[in-house]
Amino acid sequence: MTATAERLTTSRAMVDGIAAEMARDESVIYLGEDVGAYGGIFGSSTGLLDRFGATRVIDTPISETAFIGLAIGAAVEGMRPIVELMFVDFFGVCMDQIYNHMAKISYESGGHVKVPMVLTTAVGGGYSDGAQHSQCLWGTFAHLPGMKVVVPSNPYDAKGLMISAIRDDGPVVYMFHKGVMGLAWMVKNRRAIGEVPDGEYTVPIGSARVAREGTSVTVATVSLSVHHALDVAEKLAEDGIDVEVLDLRSLVPLDREAIVASVRKTGRLVVVDEDYLSYGLSGEVVASVTDVDPGLLRAPVARVAVPDVPIPYAHSLEYAVLPRPDRIEAAIRAVAAA
Amino acid sequence: MTDTIDAEARLDLYRTMVLVRLFEEAMLREYHADKGPGFDIGKGLVPGEMHLAAGQEPVAAGVCAHLTTDDAVTATHRPHHFAIAHGVDLRRMTAEIFGRETGLGRGRGGHMHLFDPDTHFSCSGIIAEGYPPALGQAFAFQRQGAGRVAVAVTGEGAANQGAFHESLNLAALWKLPVVFVVEDNDWGISVPRAASTSVPSNAARAAAYDMPGERIEDNAVEAVHAAAGRAVARARAGDGPSLIEVHTLRLWGHFEGDAQAYRKDIEDVPGRDPIPTYEKSLRDAGLLDDAAAAAIRESATERVEDAVTFAKESPVPDPAGALRYVFASGGVS
Repeated sequence: MTATAERLTTSRAMVDGIAAEMARDESVIYLGEDVGAYGGIFGSSTGLLDRFGATRVIDTPISETAFIGLAIGAAVEGMRPIVELMFVDFFGVCMDQIYNHMAKISYESGGHVKVPMVLTTAVGGGYSDGAQHSQCLWGTFAHLPGMKVVVPSNPYDAKGLMISAIRDDGPVVYMFHKGVMGLAWMVKNRRAIGEVPDGEYTVPIGSARVAREGTSVTVATVSLSVHHALDVAEKLAEDGIDVEVLDLRSLVPLDREAIVASVRKTGRLVVVDEDYLSYGLSGEVVASVTDVDPGLLRAPVARVAVPDVPIPYAHSLEYAVLPRPDRIEAAIRAVAAA
Repeated sequence: MTDTIDAEARLDLYRTMVLVRLFEEAMLREYHADKGPGFDIGKGLVPGEMHLAAGQEPVAAGVCAHLTTDDAVTATHRPHHFAIAHGVDLRRMTAEIFGRETGLGRGRGGHMHLFDPDTHFSCSGIIAEGYPPALGQAFAFQRQGAGRVAVAVTGEGAANQGAFHESLNLAALWKLPVVFVVEDNDWGISVPRAASTSVPSNAARAAAYDMPGERIEDNAVEAVHAAAGRAVARARAGDGPSLIEVHTLRLWGHFEGDAQAYRKDIEDVPGRDPIPTYEKSLRDAGLLDDAAAAAIRESATERVEDAVTFAKESPVPDPAGALRYVFASGGVS
């Protein structure tokens, strides 16, 4: 690895990781809707067509069952396809290929068949795209066995996790939040741009990152909520609340040890999750602690998630249900004071 | 010429059909051997749902005669005939059906989930959903340029699923080397074709995707063989996909334990058994006599019983290993 680096948006870093692997490995291809000349609606494949051509960067019909299934078959035969589901909300039209085939072939074959592929998909709301184009749904994928689920929050991780995902011998679902991509046409946090090393490097899948060290309260979260949590942590530091922010980076595998280690230090836990509240990541994170030792918690846990409601359209309503900084701040203050 | 068939090829079709039938009869025997008293689906050496393919042998025999084990086959919830005709190892396949550690999937898959990378064979228990992965195998083959093909099998009930239509479109659009096979056995479990399907022939649906479509009547194995020869040759030549629908026969129930009370054709089913019909035509052509027929049955019986014995003598999976192979690393994460 060279020592040079440049400042990139998360989307450019993701593409950088894909390009590095495509250059290194002929069997890597990228396919999906509008991934060619358009470059991906959310910038997930910008420039790849020009560099690698239409035989490796492939626009598909709007036919997710067919082309995701195609990626599965190609992976079984030794290719390493990356296939994009434009919005995760569209999984309803193709989930059988994903959870009954992509995710289960390894197990059903007793490990004799490998399915080395990456399913990329855009997640998240905050820009009034309504109930069918704003969900995160990572808990749904993580609930179903056989898929790794990674959720990068920043440019460095976006590239390193992408390279790890492509090199994994099994299926990895790579969920990029539109709000962390650093798109010119969407509000963005300054953390959507960052230093990214040139060349190849990997970020291990299943290893959380301490995004900010602290001693008062642990905030365990992923994706865009990491940005919000860090902003809130800076603000609360002025009030003497020293927040530790844990970027989980993947839901499968979930770095339960990192969660426990942080809570062991702080004794207080807030989970922030842009997915739905019930039966999801937030409960799983809490169980990761209580399964080990409920006595680690010196205060009740707070969960800041989307209450179990479709994502509203009107800005005022949408911001009322998303885990925005105000809700995160209130939860941290309450847990810190309890 | 793909439309002519020599004597040895005709006998091979017969041998394959007999081997499949004897295998299915052995599965029937083993499946029901210890389900009692009464019928407990989860009980016995071979538990769970069991969909046997007796009567549908002509489809698998006729199609797979044109394939090598470098070609791929994706089959359905009723997969045994295609697995056998394609050359999947009989011992390891049987061991999987018996849920043994020596099975194709080390007992993790079962009879609807047979995966054999050696012959590029797989099947899916979800109707029509075996088609899309076949596209991907064909896609990989197309890039290799070696003329390999993927055969994707479904039943007629699957032809009303979205996955079926999406797959036909994409395969035709990208000229993928796929042969789509539809086994029309008249019944989607208990629903007759006439109550499920708007067209009399799925060959018409092939036309809608600008690919050749052919329907074979009367479960005629040599007609299947001829049609499959044309379709496979077309795919190998890089000319794209084709569809073949075969009007076949579900000799037994949808699954074992199905009383088939809904089935109005039940009386004349035994008379439509394709194996005696084909055997007679071979005898009439002077290709088969009592001794040769007996030898074929004996050889097939030996292979089947060897596989059953292998399965029964194989170890059951250790419960401690229940979480293995969820991920490619072999572990649980």
